[in-house]
Amino acid sequence: MSVAIKVENLSKAYQLGQIGTGTISRDLERWYARIRGKEDPFLRIGESNDQHSKSESNVVWSLKDINFEIQQGDAVGIIGRNGAGKSTLLKILSKVTAPTTGRITGKGRIASLLEVGTGFHPELSGKENIFLNGAILGMRKKEIQRKLDEIVDFAGIERYLDTPVKRYSSGMYVRLAFAVAAHLESEILIVDEVLAVGDAEFQKKCLGKMGDVSKSEGRTVLFVSHNMESIISLCSSCILLNNGEIIIQDKVDKVVSKYISNSDGNIINIEHLNLNAYVSLKQFEINKNVFESFDDLMFNLEIDSININPMSGLSLLIYNSYEKRVAIIDLRSELLEKSSKEKNFLKLNGYIKNINLIPGSYTIGLFINSDLCSGDFLNILKFQISEKFIDSKIIPYPIEVRGTVSFAHNLNII
Amino acid sequence: MNDQDHDWTIEAKTSLLDLKFNEVWAYRDLLWLLVRRDFVSFYKQTILGPLWFFIQPLFTTIIFTFIFGNLAGISTDGLPKPLFYMAGITAWNYFADCLNKTSSVFKDNAGIFSKVYFPRLIMPLSIVVSNLVRFGVQMLLFLTLVAYYYFSGANFHPSWAILLFPMIVVLMALLGLGAGMIISALTTKYRDLAFLIGFGVQLLMYATTVIYPLSTALEKYPKYSWIIEYNPMTPVIETFRYGFLGEGSFSWGSLGYATTVTALLLVFGIVIFNKVERNFVDTV
Repeated sequence: MSVAIKVENLSKAYQLGQIGTGTISRDLERWYARIRGKEDPFLRIGESNDQHSKSESNVVWSLKDINFEIQQGDAVGIIGRNGAGKSTLLKILSKVTAPTTGRITGKGRIASLLEVGTGFHPELSGKENIFLNGAILGMRKKEIQRKLDEIVDFAGIERYLDTPVKRYSSGMYVRLAFAVAAHLESEILIVDEVLAVGDAEFQKKCLGKMGDVSKSEGRTVLFVSHNMESIISLCSSCILLNNGEIIIQDKVDKVVSKYISNSDGNIINIEHLNLNAYVSLKQFEINKNVFESFDDLMFNLEIDSININPMSGLSLLIYNSYEKRVAIIDLRSELLEKSSKEKNFLKLNGYIKNINLIPGSYTIGLFINSDLCSGDFLNILKFQISEKFIDSKIIPYPIEVRGTVSFAHNLNII
Repeated sequence: MNDQDHDWTIEAKTSLLDLKFNEVWAYRDLLWLLVRRDFVSFYKQTILGPLWFFIQPLFTTIIFTFIFGNLAGISTDGLPKPLFYMAGITAWNYFADCLNKTSSVFKDNAGIFSKVYFPRLIMPLSIVVSNLVRFGVQMLLFLTLVAYYYFSGANFHPSWAILLFPMIVVLMALLGLGAGMIISALTTKYRDLAFLIGFGVQLLMYATTVIYPLSTALEKYPKYSWIIEYNPMTPVIETFRYGFLGEGSFSWGSLGYATTVTALLLVFGIVIFNKVERNFVDTV
């Protein structure tokens, strides 16, 4: 079997800081270094993952020295946590952006679906949009004409073919968009998590179509998803990325189980987690794997930002295993706000007194509201609360009926 | 995989002169579909539809006739005023539209550009062609006015230079395209330029012979008229007027100068556009 895609020493650097200011002087500096035959002063390949350690070069490596090969006809899944570099890899493969170093060679036309319905114009009819979108994806007019019936049939929009797509339901819109892309005659199909939209039935249909594409038509498929079920059902092999590096490339079940085992055990210490390109968690740690109700939970938290990052909100979010939020630990204070305006890193430690949750497994996430980074970052740490051993003949009620918290209580029988 | 075994390569650096014209050609259908999209979406859900193409130059002509022609009394080389102004406006509008739209092409299309690859050059090209449709419609208006004045006995005579019309159109298009691409490439890094361009183009109009003939400028401000003469749009508009209306300062030398400037800007524009295009997604 021949190789469809070969990736060699691929790296991608992003420049951080406030892009757009001060770039003229930097550009001049760069240019001056180049004419003297020196290397770019702002790109030092030797420094790895320097988003964590503060470095003066303000460059982050979103992909670092990636090497892999994909055989023709393979369906390959790409998985990893947020910020692992999946999207960057797809963007480079789809030529949306260029790599910083390294090269990719390949055979056959690439169709990439980083988004469904790119270039759809709301005022144009379904049919006009099929042609426009098809052409954006690289199809010739004749080719689209030939496939028109098939596309319309797959999307199930015969009746609305001449209606402007702004009148479409969102489901119809997505179906039409996917239909166009799925009928593109390419040897390599790159799909980002576009299946997250649309109803379950259509998702199945898309997966089926993608399966057909790789199995019977012999096309190569690259598929990024957070949904392990669709990865397993669709892909034969899989690549796990973490912090811009390949952790493992192997049979799909092996890789997925590695990914799950990484994320399923208790995680009580995280180092170097990028929240976005500007802000990272240098460390986030709790003191124990397993707590008993009414234990104290201690935590350490270090947040690094690329620049001074005034922070107006910071909370710990605790979720139970049904993904229901059980508590917010609000860490806001005037001192925190002040300190975040002075330094570009924050180092906190504290504790939650008497963590009175019922037994079960819980995750801790962060909510951050700051200039450079805002939002919920869930499932960062994971811990258990175990049944408190009570020396008594009374057997505790099953967990399902015990609500969310257990209260310390006292009882007198008079 | 040996080197013959693959048919595409993605590399960190490519040659500055790899302009990917073959790719542009492969995507030519997209060009026409984009032009169609622009045209159809422009007048959908408007009551007057394509009539809007007429209204803007018509009203500008009326206002210019009043202000510059009557109030300020600027010479029009003896031509009927509305005719003189509309000639300038029609030609200038096409150039200005091409320049304006092309210069914001990265910003306007950031959504598409960050999600799918096609030769980016298609976008500015489609802008130039879309505007050509609009220009064509406005030319009809201009020709109607020409015919009206001609048959009502106004004193002007189209000259042989009318044969240069296709060349004039190409010059305007490519000049707008070239300058626009250079600006678009720079605006991805230096946003300030985007603010500059809006009123810059407006100011440039006054440094072009839209509302006055070159002869008057030369006569009244012999010292400063070089600004106007070195403006490559001046020979274009002068030739346009000379062709259709028989008045204007036409010379092969100045037209040759405009052509040279256009060619230089275009080549430079395409090269810098292609360079920026590869990474602009990361900075926008």
